[in-house]
Amino acid sequence: MASNVEKHKSDGTLVGNTLEWVDARFPLMSLWRDHLSEYYAPKNFNFWYFFGSLALLVLVNQIVTGIFLTMHFKPDAALNAAGVPVAFASVEYIMRDVPLGWIIRYMHSTGASAFFIVVYLHMFRGLLYGSYRKPRELIWVFGLLIFLCLMGEAFFGYLLPWGQMSFWGAQVIVNLFSAIPLIGPDLSLFIRGDYVVSDATLNRFFSFHVIAIPLVLVGLVAAHIMALHEVGSNNPDGVEIKKYKNDKGIPLDGIPFHPYYTVKDIVGVVVFLMVFTIVLCFMPEFGGYFLEYNNFIPADPLKTPPHIAPVWYFTPYYSVLRAVTFPLFWIDAKFWGVVAMGAAVVILGALPWLDRSPAKSIRYRGPIFKTLLSIWVFGFVILGILGTKPPSYAFFGVIPGAPVAQIFSVYYFLFFITMPWWSKIDKCKPEPERVTG
Amino acid sequence: MTVEWRGKPVWIIHRTKEMIDGLRKTDDQVADPKSDRKQSEFQPPEGLDPETRALKPEYMVVVGICTHLGCSPSDKFKTGAESGVAADWQGGFLCPCHGSTFDLAGRVFKSKPAPDNLPIPPHVYLSESKILIGENKKGA
Repeated sequence: MASNVEKHKSDGTLVGNTLEWVDARFPLMSLWRDHLSEYYAPKNFNFWYFFGSLALLVLVNQIVTGIFLTMHFKPDAALNAAGVPVAFASVEYIMRDVPLGWIIRYMHSTGASAFFIVVYLHMFRGLLYGSYRKPRELIWVFGLLIFLCLMGEAFFGYLLPWGQMSFWGAQVIVNLFSAIPLIGPDLSLFIRGDYVVSDATLNRFFSFHVIAIPLVLVGLVAAHIMALHEVGSNNPDGVEIKKYKNDKGIPLDGIPFHPYYTVKDIVGVVVFLMVFTIVLCFMPEFGGYFLEYNNFIPADPLKTPPHIAPVWYFTPYYSVLRAVTFPLFWIDAKFWGVVAMGAAVVILGALPWLDRSPAKSIRYRGPIFKTLLSIWVFGFVILGILGTKPPSYAFFGVIPGAPVAQIFSVYYFLFFITMPWWSKIDKCKPEPERVTG
Repeated sequence: MTVEWRGKPVWIIHRTKEMIDGLRKTDDQVADPKSDRKQSEFQPPEGLDPETRALKPEYMVVVGICTHLGCSPSDKFKTGAESGVAADWQGGFLCPCHGSTFDLAGRVFKSKPAPDNLPIPPHVYLSESKILIGENKKGA
């Protein structure tokens, strides 16, 4: 691609001369054209297509606010003169004493939840329009790896304020690994660097949170976008716009990403920032869902809070974990719970090969897909709600939550496992030749 | 009362006669009534009574960390429906994380996520009123 682009020629101005000089040494203009001004995206993008660019915006927000937080945060579990863990105290110092520290901290913590909201919607868009189907399998797989990285980031980051939920959440998740037969207990020990979650754990989690995972994350985001721009974007009709091109080789249904979609995405950004700012200023803890109240109590290794639940974005998977209460093949239920939770995330990666439907987009797919997907989304939300509740919770006080979670956990997997079969026999409508606008 | 041992909570619980009698009723509800499964991390002292899991039945010494994923269960000493756990509850512990329940000897109930009974740390009575946790024998 890049080699075919002519090098920039100066128009004699200072800017032109500079551009020519740079472009002769670095593929500036070809990058600009390949990814923005001559990247042809389908003209029929709708609401669901805002979330990719919003995810990028939130990523930038997390990195920038993170840099400033790192300047003031101290990853130290020792108690200070007042008997408060230094890490906990340094977060309170950021909140109270650092100029604008409170808003930077809330931008970071609210940003984490915003990241998951945006990414869940972004992934749901993929499900709706079959964006994971050939030739976009790798985009989907990279995306799933990004999702895994995000989960890691969120988990490592949540330990840092060293509050009660930080401590006990990390305790539970690290102990998940101890369920693995043979190597489990030693693996947990290795991850923690101690017999209990301690200062050693805090320091290594800090390192992973600010260096290791962000580096991988940014690399994966680049791979995600490069793979996307290699094969071209899908669209709400799920048809390939590259099938019909004009005599210059430009897709008839394509429009340049810049300026058309950069301008459209600015609308999304403005609306997003409005909502984000309202949350930031008026309800940064979001009723205990974005920042749990128990996390404003310093970590106490001797006492678990009476109600412990992960932050909302982990709750569907947490419900799956809890749903497994029986041993299998002489191995503890604990191990299978962990396996189920891991599988629930990883199985998404198999989606491109499980779906055998002749049509990509939900617009042309049959009633089976629409029904099963609706139940799946409903089930996912119910699992998420149950994950925030104690295990004994019952809907309206009468429908016990535990069996409901088990039913929807089984359904979660059945939806994927049986997909090769039902996606084939579903009655699809014929796909149009070109996008319908 | 709760003391810290190797960064973990250890409970020392004074059990009344009713509490000890209640253990007999939970025998067939718990997964491992005689604690036959081996404790993974450390050796409990010899001479434990298998049902009360203590050197002296009225004093329970146990690590307050759930064998599922390491939360610290909360005490539910009230009996019956009042406890909010179950109508035939004899008193015990409820883990807030994943709902595992334990009786007053730290024995896990059947069909709960936790695989094992709460571990008994090595401990020894140095005198009538003094317990050393971490060693199974006097001396050293």
